[in-house]
Amino acid sequence: MRYIALFILAFIFWLLITMNISVANIIVGAVAALVTALIFGKHFIKDVIPFLQPQRYFWLIIYLIIFIWECIRANFDVAYRVLHPAMPIKPGIVKVKMSLKKNIAKTILANSITMTPGTISVDIIDDYIYVHWIYVSSEDPEKYSQKISGRFEKFIKKIFE
Amino acid sequence: MEYISFILICIGILFNFFGCIGLMRLPDVYNRLQSATKCVTLGTCSILLGVLFHYGFVEAGVKAIIAIPLLFFGATVAAHALVKGAYIFGVKLGDKSVKDDYKDVPKS
Repeated sequence: MRYIALFILAFIFWLLITMNISVANIIVGAVAALVTALIFGKHFIKDVIPFLQPQRYFWLIIYLIIFIWECIRANFDVAYRVLHPAMPIKPGIVKVKMSLKKNIAKTILANSITMTPGTISVDIIDDYIYVHWIYVSSEDPEKYSQKISGRFEKFIKKIFE
Repeated sequence: MEYISFILICIGILFNFFGCIGLMRLPDVYNRLQSATKCVTLGTCSILLGVLFHYGFVEAGVKAIIAIPLLFFGATVAAHALVKGAYIFGVKLGDKSVKDDYKDVPKS
């Protein structure tokens, strides 16, 4: 099943980057997508059936809007810290607990954390993400977990689990 | 349309410039990566959107919009790999650092 999903994705990707619907191009694209699916299929998401449910895409769109907003805020935040003469930074690595179980959900959460204001995910060990934070604003684990991952966690849970 | 693409490309160049200033000014490798990933990624995405508005939905524009998610995943995964690699290699956190929870974790 996941081989078929990866094949379809690779084929659509090929058609989009070539933008050319001739027979020769479609045959070449199908062969290339087939080879890709055979080689990398075993690393693809385990069960793809849940991704056929439409409500997941509804949450995905809401999540994308929030994510782009956070991403733009992240940029102004970093620009402010960089251009300020005194450089208001207080960096440190903190440990954040998360409640997600699936590997793909953990990956997306770590990537989202990297793109949001002042945080980069360093490592994932079991249920904890280690996050490098440019301005450690509180010492309380509950508070900073909420601040770093709380915004995205509930949406990612709805999308991927 | 021309003006929108012009403005987007200007914003992109400005943010790339901020990212480069951050790369010069911030103290250690971890903080420098912060500015390198965030500012440079959004700046480049903005430039690509400007390209999309300039050409419209033809070959070049669609390629530009496909490059955006690839850039996002590439930048985040590269940042993670660089930070973890630097930590395992033994690069110390800067003098201003206040907290390090990753110190006593067994590294694989």
